[in-house]
Amino acid sequence: MVPLSWYIGLSAALFTIGIVGVLIRRNVIVVFLCIELMLNSVNVALVSFSHYLDSMRGQVFVFFIMAVAAAEAAIGLAIIISVFRNRETVDTSDINLMKW
Amino acid sequence: MDILQFAFGYFAVVIVACALMVVISRNPVHSALFMLPLFFHVAGIFIMLNAEFVAALQVLVYAGAIMVLFLFVIMLIKSDVEKVRFHLNTMTALPLAVTVGGFIMSVVVRSAFTGAKGTSTVEAVQQAGNSQMIGQAMFSEFLMPFEVTSVILLVAMVGTIVLAKKKID
Repeated sequence: MVPLSWYIGLSAALFTIGIVGVLIRRNVIVVFLCIELMLNSVNVALVSFSHYLDSMRGQVFVFFIMAVAAAEAAIGLAIIISVFRNRETVDTSDINLMKW
Repeated sequence: MDILQFAFGYFAVVIVACALMVVISRNPVHSALFMLPLFFHVAGIFIMLNAEFVAALQVLVYAGAIMVLFLFVIMLIKSDVEKVRFHLNTMTALPLAVTVGGFIMSVVVRSAFTGAKGTSTVEAVQQAGNSQMIGQAMFSEFLMPFEVTSVILLVAMVGTIVLAKKKID
């Protein structure tokens, strides 16, 4: 039997790697992938709590998170495409038109 | 160490290794492709937790749909291999990450993780079926959020078309 804290530890590790990726990478697409990593780590935590607390709610929440993640990926990639069309770059340090 | 713990160890090691490779690969195509085994192994973790429906969704939605979208966009735009892998604030990001990770881990280690137990025990779920239990929860208790989700998907679809469409003039 795997203790619940192992799953939560895995989820925390995945979330931390996602945060590091968002902080240190400059390619917008990789930043987006790291956001997906963080969403996945939250899904792992929700499903493990759902299993260990004998409740279905966690899994229903994961369903909603997946729907929102799909919407977010579609919108975000559309934004990346339109930014690339205008500025010819996907580097976050070059996307500074509104920088004060 | 029983077989389940061994399986968890395998899944966890592959997941963390793939996540690290996503972050440290210079080529965004490699980053995206390393997400693929990660999604499959997360689905394996879901199966270990008796969540077959969520595991199937993980493979279909993440590995099937979202990854294809990412790869399409990566190949549509010119994103060259970065010369500098990590940027100037690596020196600030790493201690920050260690702090955040350590904080989360300390909370994880100290928590008792108990709460009010629900009624969906493993036996009940196995008798009724995982998808059926989720469906019952989704269409009774979570009906309103479910409908809102469909509106979110509609808005995302319209927004994506508006944003990504070429202006014709």
